[in-house]
Amino acid sequence: MAEIRIQNVAKRFGDYQALSDINLTIADQEFMVLLGASGCGKTTLLRIVAGLETQTTGEVWIGDRRVDMLPPKDRGIAMVFQNYAVFPHLTVFENIGFGLRMQKLPNDEVTRRVTRTAELMHIEQLLKRYSGELSGGQRQRVAVARALAMEPDVILMDEPLSNLDALLRLEMRAELKGVLAESKTTAIYVTHDQVEAMSLADRISIMHKGRIVQAATPVEVYRNPAERFVAGFIGNPPMNFIPAEQTEPGKWNVAGEIMSGPAAGRALDFAIRPEDLSLAETGLKATARVVEPLGPHLLVTCDVEGALFRAVLESDLTVKAGDVLTLAPNADRVRWFDPDTTKAVA
Amino acid sequence: MTAITAEADATASPRRAGRVLYGASVFLLCAWVLVPLYFLLINTLSSPDAVNSFPKSFVPEFDLGSLSFFANFAGMLSALQNSILVAGLTMVMSIAIGAPAGYALSRFDFWGKELFRFLILLTRAFPLPLLALPLAVMFIRTGLDDTVFGLALVHTTLALPFAVLITFSLFSGIPMELEEAAWTLGCTRLTAFTKVVLPLILPGITASAIFAFVISWNEVFAAAVLTIENRTLTAFLLQNLDTSPLHLKFAGGFILVVPALIFIFAVRKYLFAMWGIANR
Repeated sequence: MAEIRIQNVAKRFGDYQALSDINLTIADQEFMVLLGASGCGKTTLLRIVAGLETQTTGEVWIGDRRVDMLPPKDRGIAMVFQNYAVFPHLTVFENIGFGLRMQKLPNDEVTRRVTRTAELMHIEQLLKRYSGELSGGQRQRVAVARALAMEPDVILMDEPLSNLDALLRLEMRAELKGVLAESKTTAIYVTHDQVEAMSLADRISIMHKGRIVQAATPVEVYRNPAERFVAGFIGNPPMNFIPAEQTEPGKWNVAGEIMSGPAAGRALDFAIRPEDLSLAETGLKATARVVEPLGPHLLVTCDVEGALFRAVLESDLTVKAGDVLTLAPNADRVRWFDPDTTKAVA
Repeated sequence: MTAITAEADATASPRRAGRVLYGASVFLLCAWVLVPLYFLLINTLSSPDAVNSFPKSFVPEFDLGSLSFFANFAGMLSALQNSILVAGLTMVMSIAIGAPAGYALSRFDFWGKELFRFLILLTRAFPLPLLALPLAVMFIRTGLDDTVFGLALVHTTLALPFAVLITFSLFSGIPMELEEAAWTLGCTRLTAFTKVVLPLILPGITASAIFAFVISWNEVFAAAVLTIENRTLTAFLLQNLDTSPLHLKFAGGFILVVPALIFIFAVRKYLFAMWGIANR
């Protein structure tokens, strides 16, 4: 059992508030991804859980132990670093076995575990080599194997794939997911790559300016962003926003088109994902500015009453720059945001 | 056909001129260092008559007279022993004090860090003659004068800035993540240092130690001022060669130069690394 509970954690570096009031519970065997732009505090939070950084206030619990004042070695964690951190003076075998040797396990047990994790990561033929003789992808495999060999309660990963080239990243992503699901450890994975986050996570915590903005399943985060920041961050291209005015309770004027929405006492922003738009008889009048054929579909950047608006349309349509399109939003997928609080309004 | 070769010649000639200039510069610089050393060698291995005669031969005679004279000279061996002791002590102390300082500089942020680095360099800005008198007085008062340990203390002060800066660059070359990885794999700060950092910097530390050895070995001023009976080789030779015939001066110089040259040659790779920081 290794549930992780992060309670009221905050971190200051001098005058800089890196994290404020973080509350997060990660279930046993859950794969949690911390997603955010650089500088949002996601790595700091991971390092606090690892014990490489000390929080200014708050508590960290792993299982039923409070660990926030323990050194990293006593927390039952293993960590995979962005730049691999494979020890250059040891062979791959001794790298993977490093933690086991520190636990003073008998030789045959070390050999057994090293061999097994090496096979799992497909690096059994590299065991005698040194880090200098390995490619980036192989080093990353060693780093993951070294963490897995510890059989930790919790495995922490800090952008482990970001130094790999695109193709290798795709391959390692799928492999990591399988290996971690099998290992039955709780995982926290830090990344700035939303595709990586969506594909790996059981749940994603989206971080912004030192806070967790939303923690939910990938589909939920994508479909029902809790804040405008999430809507603009997740999805490529991101969600479209148009300021709307209420004409009567529940009826909204969106760029001249009347749509039904929540009954609210103030102005709201209408929001829709580019792929939830289609050409129709009635809808928003949009002037196409740039048309980008992307293969499976057509990305059209248009202008709706001066606001930037993107639509993903079927690729067999012939649309030219300058055309006026009538775009109908899928009514189920329309979302509303309060422009003042930036929060979603149901 | 001819046009093409002419064109090729035209592009090749400035490049060739550059290469000749480069070669000539390298040759001159090497000659600048090596020619005096070669004369030193010739004169050391020549008989007293050959040293004083003119013109000089460019081939040594392999006369070991001067060198064997030194080997049998009274006090020579004890001076050599003192030199080795002082240099050895300097080496140990400058690493023992310098390496932790280098580690702190590379790993921790603390108030006044930049000032501290600057002050380390500044210690080399005071000419030793300026400090010699107060040092001598203080050493006599504390009873450190004319001891191997006292002289090693002074030499450590001279070698320490280099030890700190070299080890600083060595530690900075070890990514922090390696240590952090070791911590997460069950190491304390200490075991992470001994199991991960130390094996990686050991060659560099050795080089830095040898460099400290050489600094002490070559130092003559403090050695001459602060010792009387227990002279180091440099101070001993300085004292005695002054009144010696020319061939013995050459031989004495040769004895001093060779060990330092060999040591420096052995650690040249790491000295380049140190100069790299100086450029930064």
